[in-house]
Amino acid sequence: MKLTLKIWRQENAETKGKMVDYIIDGIDGDMSFLEMLDVLNEDLVNKGEQPVEFDHDCREGICGSCSLQINGEPHGPDKLITTCQLHMRTFKDGDTIVIEPFRAKAFPVIKDLIVDRTAFDRIQQAYGYISVNTSGNTIDANSIPIEKENADDSFNAATCIGCGACVAACKNASAMLFTSAKVSQFALLPQGEVEADRRVLAMVEQMDKEGFGNCSNTGACEIECPKGISLENIARMNREYLKASVK
Amino acid sequence: MGGLLKSSVAKKFAMALSGLFLVLFLAQHFTINFTSVISPDVFNEISHFMGTNFLVQAILQPILIFGVVFHFVMGFVLEIQNRNARTKSYVRYNGSANSSWMSRNMIYSGAVVLAFLGLHFYDFWVPELVHKYIESHPEDPTRYYGELVAKFVSPVRTGLYVISFVFLMLHLLHGFSSSFQSMGVNNKYSEGIRKFTVGYAIIIPLGFIFIALFHYINNL
Repeated sequence: MKLTLKIWRQENAETKGKMVDYIIDGIDGDMSFLEMLDVLNEDLVNKGEQPVEFDHDCREGICGSCSLQINGEPHGPDKLITTCQLHMRTFKDGDTIVIEPFRAKAFPVIKDLIVDRTAFDRIQQAYGYISVNTSGNTIDANSIPIEKENADDSFNAATCIGCGACVAACKNASAMLFTSAKVSQFALLPQGEVEADRRVLAMVEQMDKEGFGNCSNTGACEIECPKGISLENIARMNREYLKASVK
Repeated sequence: MGGLLKSSVAKKFAMALSGLFLVLFLAQHFTINFTSVISPDVFNEISHFMGTNFLVQAILQPILIFGVVFHFVMGFVLEIQNRNARTKSYVRYNGSANSSWMSRNMIYSGAVVLAFLGLHFYDFWVPELVHKYIESHPEDPTRYYGELVAKFVSPVRTGLYVISFVFLMLHLLHGFSSSFQSMGVNNKYSEGIRKFTVGYAIIIPLGFIFIALFHYINNL
């Protein structure tokens, strides 16, 4: 198929970017979206032009590296997938595809379609962990009985790959879904309960420091999340935070 | 309590709490207004009680004013913060693919409701203050119904009220159920809560529209 691509090009964080049009031909429906961009980049390199920079790693929906806003939606129009799992059969011959980086003040553009998502790392570092003595006499996690429902909810929260689609989709560029998933995965387990209050206060404080917006419960994050992280996690984080604040 | 009202979560909670308070007030306001359709005497009696009762005037009214001012000021503060969180907009943003129009445009529906409150205060609250505290008329417990009906003679004013109530409906359709999520309620009862809030968000503004149109048509 033949497509028109409108791609955001930006030399670096300091320069002003702009949309650039590219015509690409011979695209097969079975190609992934990133393979289509590989084809484009090959063409550009052959012509002596700068290739389009974009993030990618595992290309199987696990690592959370790919992060493209495609036709106004993070990871494109299909649901519960990352950009690397999006296939060109989703589009039709002659389509125009608008490709932009995830937009948020807390995710500054590094180059073209690559954004700096280390704000998520700093939220994790604030308290996205449990303190475990690793001196050699640690208790096997499987020896602690945990209710099935809590174990499932915790596991579901832990499937967040930190891609940033929630921030990209939210009209307020809020990071509540990501932060709440990281808070929930521990808050639901006895191992995480001990530090639950300190954790939620520290992670929310860091999230606010990074300059993300406020959640207004539009639900866009849940719809666009490639892992289907539920809004229940945000409600849980709100409860945890309010409980910890009044102690 | 140190972190309260400083963080985004606390601000959401405060917005939700003030919103729920205003939702309760709406129900009370609607109930009183609806009596004007049923019986002018009952409407006069309740209005006189509300306008002269010390508890209502000295305690409930200041709380209500604080709730209204807080909700609107916080709404605008949050909107400014949210806009600052994305300094560069998308060239293409397909918001309708993942969220409702109401949820994305609370600031606009809220701004219309705020403008309506300005008109509503000009119509009823300001004349009430002038009547009671500036002109110092003797008490007349039967004046309220006539004052209400007189406002709905004008088709323009009636139209503005109707339009405002439609925006109130849009605001409530997202805001009411959203406030429960902000307060941490998302469980097996959430679907029931959502249905109740949607019903409330439709019925109460439609009721206000009915009252406005009822008096306008009666005036013809």
